[in-house]
Amino acid sequence: MIGLDSLARLGRAGLALMAALGRSGVLFFQAVWGWPSGQGVKLWMRQVHFIGVLSLIIIVVSGLFIGMVLGLQGYSILVGFGAEQALGQMVALSLVRELAPVVAALLFAGRAGSAVTAEIGLMKATEQLSSMEMIGVDPMRRIIAPRLYAGFVAMPLLTAIFAAVGILGGMLVGVDWLGVDEGSYWGTMQATVDFRADVINGMIKSVIFGLVVTWIAVFQGYDLVPTSEGISRATTKTVVYSSLAVLGLDFILTALMFGRI
Amino acid sequence: MRKQHWIEVGVGAFMLFGIVALIFLALRVSGLTLDRNEPSFTLTASFSNIGGLKPRSKVTLAGVVVGRVTDIQLDTKWYEAKVTMSLEQKLEGLLSTDTSASILTAGLLGENYIGLTVGAETDVLEDGDEIRDTQSALVLEDLINKFLINSTKD
Amino acid sequence: MSQSAVSEEPLIKIRNLHFSRGSRKIFNGINLDVRRGQVTAVMGPSGTGKTTLLRLLGGQLKPDQGEIILAGEGDIGRMRRKALFRIRRQIGMLFQSGALFTDMTVFENVAFPLRVHTTLHERLLHDVVMMKLEAVGLRGAAALRPAELSGGMTRRVALARAIATDPQLMMYDEPFVGQDPISMGVLVQLVRRLNDALGLTSIVVSHDLAETMSIADYAYVIADGEVLAEGTPQALQQDPAPEVRQFIEGLPDGPVPFHYPAPPYRDELLGEVL
Repeated sequence: MIGLDSLARLGRAGLALMAALGRSGVLFFQAVWGWPSGQGVKLWMRQVHFIGVLSLIIIVVSGLFIGMVLGLQGYSILVGFGAEQALGQMVALSLVRELAPVVAALLFAGRAGSAVTAEIGLMKATEQLSSMEMIGVDPMRRIIAPRLYAGFVAMPLLTAIFAAVGILGGMLVGVDWLGVDEGSYWGTMQATVDFRADVINGMIKSVIFGLVVTWIAVFQGYDLVPTSEGISRATTKTVVYSSLAVLGLDFILTALMFGRI
Repeated sequence: MRKQHWIEVGVGAFMLFGIVALIFLALRVSGLTLDRNEPSFTLTASFSNIGGLKPRSKVTLAGVVVGRVTDIQLDTKWYEAKVTMSLEQKLEGLLSTDTSASILTAGLLGENYIGLTVGAETDVLEDGDEIRDTQSALVLEDLINKFLINSTKD
Repeated sequence: MSQSAVSEEPLIKIRNLHFSRGSRKIFNGINLDVRRGQVTAVMGPSGTGKTTLLRLLGGQLKPDQGEIILAGEGDIGRMRRKALFRIRRQIGMLFQSGALFTDMTVFENVAFPLRVHTTLHERLLHDVVMMKLEAVGLRGAAALRPAELSGGMTRRVALARAIATDPQLMMYDEPFVGQDPISMGVLVQLVRRLNDALGLTSIVVSHDLAETMSIADYAYVIADGEVLAEGTPQALQQDPAPEVRQFIEGLPDGPVPFHYPAPPYRDELLGEVL
């Protein structure tokens, strides 16, 4: 009996998961086709400001420190082979391919994703979404779509900034402090980093991460139970699910992009 | 409306900042040159061993980068590696037919690349021609083996 | 003749409405009419699904069974998304919490439906918004933010927003709950005055009996998913049925039990701990 019972519970959980996935899919398509008419650009701009511009500080600071740490660690490893000139190559490749898209997406989930979930959740709890619907305005268009598109645009830009700042941070440590030749820092970098294979692929990753993180954030906000407990749970879920999704997707994308070489 | 104005300014600056970062990644980090699609011509060369040569490896002439490896195939008839490289068009009609191609290593542990050396013939290589005179990569283990065998013979 | 025939037809006709949430049945075959130009009250104890009824009317929920006919438009429960958004422009709804948009000023809140649905010039829009705010007595509060308003003022601003586009039908979700006597009096008067002055049709969902009865033309009492009684307020006051008497006189126990269903008290105290 206990076996049957837990089987039934498992089945119910599976069905609930499927239903949630279905709802999030519907939300995604309604929002993607729902660019708000008239004021669209203005609403979108507000969201780019909210989730992009306001994430800038944390992105720049983290990028700088990660670049500096890479410079230090890379130097101490490479100097063992007498290959410290290759520092630029190492810093740039690890940032452009992996660290910038992934770390920027994780920070983005913590900084902007949770805020988006909480904001939409509070709108739902205070019946603002319902009243918007009753006024005859589709919250999908007015609330969800601008946020989704803003995440889609802001994430690659944040990633590019993260990588650029990180490479400069690596140079600060490697060239200015540890004495790697500046010419070889840039030279080895330019010889090995390929625009299409590395930079563009990193950007593709970040576009996908941006979309997925914002999607999870708006869905969790829109679908939550409108109580204070529900909001806090949904915010946590946003950060946890987005982080897992980013790391999992990163593996899949890396395997697809670089797996063959 | 004043608030909206500052939002627009902020977003504008953010986008500009992001695009500048992208351009930095493109030009300064990946060394992308804007004349990437300059006309080029293709030569092939067969090597018995290419070592660590990869597509996108450099092709140099007198130490100057003049092209890239575009393709590496295994020739199943002779069991050799057939390397296709794309060179700057201005060299078309200037490389003699006895130009040699060798696979070199940058430093002791660095990457492999192809070095070209021009010969003395008056006939020149055209698009799609093959470089006959090739020298394979030096494989460190082979060198050591040879050295050991030679020293035991003595 | 034909004119009066049309006005005889109720604006909203609910027939045999069934709705359940999970395994809990909320409506079990409700019939209800809302006549044009009248204030129709729907009353009942808390938890009888009065708010759910308004959501069904607004098309935010779909009934399991039965029809909700909006005159000239058809069955709300079977409308497509697009049609729903069209008819909602004809419906104003006052939410219990007010549901003002917290990122906008009072002025922008009231202007919101106008900006979305009309192409009024900014000057004209300003005048219309001020007219609506004047109607609820809050013209002076136009520049305030929702967080700076008292509960009663919030609800009045929400009311101004709901009537901004001159809807045909106004729905009030517990408009009097949790108000001090003065705000309550103001709101009661506003509901009736707006209904008559703007030629609206109103539905008031409430459990504030005296206030609601004082302005309603016709009232329904619902409990346990069914219509217990209906009639003019005067008729309901005279209704001898014990369920109606309990509700109207506010008796703590009666046909609607004081206790939530539970096992016998004696067993719970004496029986072993589960």
